[in-house]
Amino acid sequence: MDESESLVRDAATRIFQDLGDPQTINSAADDAWREPLWSALEEAGLSTAWVSDELGGAGAGIGAGFTVLRVAGEFAAPLPLAETLLAGWLLGQGGIVLPGGAMSIAPMRRGGKISLAEGKLAGSAPAVAFAAEVGHLAVLAGDVVALVATADCVCREGRNFAGEVMNHVDFDGVAPLETAPLPDGVDGRAVNMMGAAARAMQMAGALQTILEIAVRYAEERVAFGRPIGKFQAVQQNLARLGEEAAAAIAIANSTAHTIAHLENWDDAGVFLDVASAKIRVGEAAGQGGAIAHQAFGAIGFTKEHILHRFVQRLWSWRDDFDNEAVWAAELGRRAAAMGGQGLWHGLTAA
Amino acid sequence: MSVAIQFDPIRLPREAEDLRLEVRRFLQDEIAAGTYDPQGGSRENAEFSRKVGERGWIGITWPKQYGGQERSFLERYVINEEFLFARAPTRKHFTADRQSGPVLIKYASEEIKQDILPRITRGEVSFCIGMSEPDSGSDLFAAKTKAERTDDGWLINGRKLWTSRAHESDYMIGLFRTSPSTTENRRHGLSQFLVDMKTPGITCRPVLHPNGNYEFNEVTFDDVLLPLDNLLGEADMAWKQATSELAYERSGSERFLETIQVLFELIDFIGENPDLREAEGLGRLVAQLHTLRRMSISVAGMLHAGKEPVLEASVVKDLGTVWEQALPSVARDLSAFVDRDPGNRVRFEEILAQNIIIAPKLTIQGGTTEILRGIVARGLGLR
Repeated sequence: MDESESLVRDAATRIFQDLGDPQTINSAADDAWREPLWSALEEAGLSTAWVSDELGGAGAGIGAGFTVLRVAGEFAAPLPLAETLLAGWLLGQGGIVLPGGAMSIAPMRRGGKISLAEGKLAGSAPAVAFAAEVGHLAVLAGDVVALVATADCVCREGRNFAGEVMNHVDFDGVAPLETAPLPDGVDGRAVNMMGAAARAMQMAGALQTILEIAVRYAEERVAFGRPIGKFQAVQQNLARLGEEAAAAIAIANSTAHTIAHLENWDDAGVFLDVASAKIRVGEAAGQGGAIAHQAFGAIGFTKEHILHRFVQRLWSWRDDFDNEAVWAAELGRRAAAMGGQGLWHGLTAA
Repeated sequence: MSVAIQFDPIRLPREAEDLRLEVRRFLQDEIAAGTYDPQGGSRENAEFSRKVGERGWIGITWPKQYGGQERSFLERYVINEEFLFARAPTRKHFTADRQSGPVLIKYASEEIKQDILPRITRGEVSFCIGMSEPDSGSDLFAAKTKAERTDDGWLINGRKLWTSRAHESDYMIGLFRTSPSTTENRRHGLSQFLVDMKTPGITCRPVLHPNGNYEFNEVTFDDVLLPLDNLLGEADMAWKQATSELAYERSGSERFLETIQVLFELIDFIGENPDLREAEGLGRLVAQLHTLRRMSISVAGMLHAGKEPVLEASVVKDLGTVWEQALPSVARDLSAFVDRDPGNRVRFEEILAQNIIIAPKLTIQGGTTEILRGIVARGLGLR
């Protein structure tokens, strides 16, 4: 982490500690926490880190934006922060000035098709996170990015595992506020990679936190006359959780580093990193979430406990920008095409 | 933050990647010249080790005065992984290069260093590690083999067990008891020694693997007299000296590449057009391997920077050995529907069989799964 990224980390951590504490939000009777938290993130420029100053962003850089996402994951931030960052990044690729406020990005999951003809969009996108709650969407339609007012679209009711708004969005007949062609090399695959890397980073952060709270709980909770963390069976499970979190953090960090230093999205190395991150972090989320629940026992399986805030998001995020199985099939096809020796050369060149 | 697990995104530097190409050319040439056969033959190959030594690739990080090159740990990393991928027969020099040499550099007398280290770098001498005993495996601090100080030297009596390749090694670095443990510290009282395996009183008895392979030995010490100078470091304090050694021993690519041939053979066996099931299975393996490699390089980078990432090294070894152990079974599963013909079948199935049979040892040697997870739990603050 360079110095600017470490400043960003401190700033983001402070904001979430003050205004986005998971326990406080979990216990809150209403949404009163939402506005101050979002305003603080916006004012600090954290929601627009991936957009240059000229286009209305904070211009903090790719690495800094990923750092923000890691911190957001550590707090299971229930806000469209990743979505706004990604939408801003996509709009920026087309040189479109930020409209301001929270945004989301479409498509996010497989199963829809969006096209643009004669100034109007056609098609739909399933499961767009926070769509109905944000003012604007950055929509990828072929090789064009479109800025769309959410009010012009039809958002069908839907939610992710964590109960966050996640809508099927219909774009038929919607006239975008602006459109711009994407530069060479930035296509649907590149956008999907950026989204997958963003989710991987949030997930790495969330895994780090469930490890920390599970370890703390095992040190405090007494059963059979001693802290449960003194039992070898519990230690071995938590060590496994630690290892899964470590793998997730390592590959997510590596991917963020690769993208921050990227020259060309066609580079085989970036695909290898992103695919590995989405697959391996997704696997870690599956196993890690289950181990954390086991460590907490019944108290962890309640609404009043914060564990679900992390685990449910972890398990939902696995499916955004393609899940483990989809990435693995593509990575496996590429590996087969390279042959054994070719794959080794590919791995060592990345 | 209460839990500090650190894996920085580290990339191998340019000089390491240049070296990689040189190593690949060397290996190609040696295979072509018949120095070794990647598909078979002994893993112990004196000619090969000598040629590697001529290149300066053994003890590459060591001081020049002892035959080293003073090059970086990351360059050593590249040599190691390319040798593993090419199934190079490194057995003769591997242990000395990885851990015995560094122990000597740190703890041996000047005379011993001058005598032995240059010979290691030339690929001439081979080391084994004498730690486990009949009643002391994972519980290393239960070791009983005694070293008594006499006027003539250290007198060794006892038995070591599971000592890999003791019978073909020139030296051992042995862990012997010089004092009883204390009630405050049961790790106290063990010391490290350099043992010349030709010293009178040492006998090696083979303990065969299930497939008949001879790797393990029972090594008996019967009034073996070692020069006083052969004590490495401080008497009774071996437990303190072993820490950094373990980080080197546990994080290298040999901790996930032991069965890697299976993956690359599987890919060629499946061919260029995998079905969906095969593709997904391959993709997961590649993602897991790539992640392990990133983690391992990250630890190498931290070692290079002078840190002692003991916790991270244990994480790499546990994830790595569990992965390489499962790999042959996963490959067996993924290859189930591949059309078998006389051309591809025999080779793949032979390699698969060899690796399925050796898989159980991978999570035992050099620290069992349970011990490693105990170390990780300690790193998390639970012990």
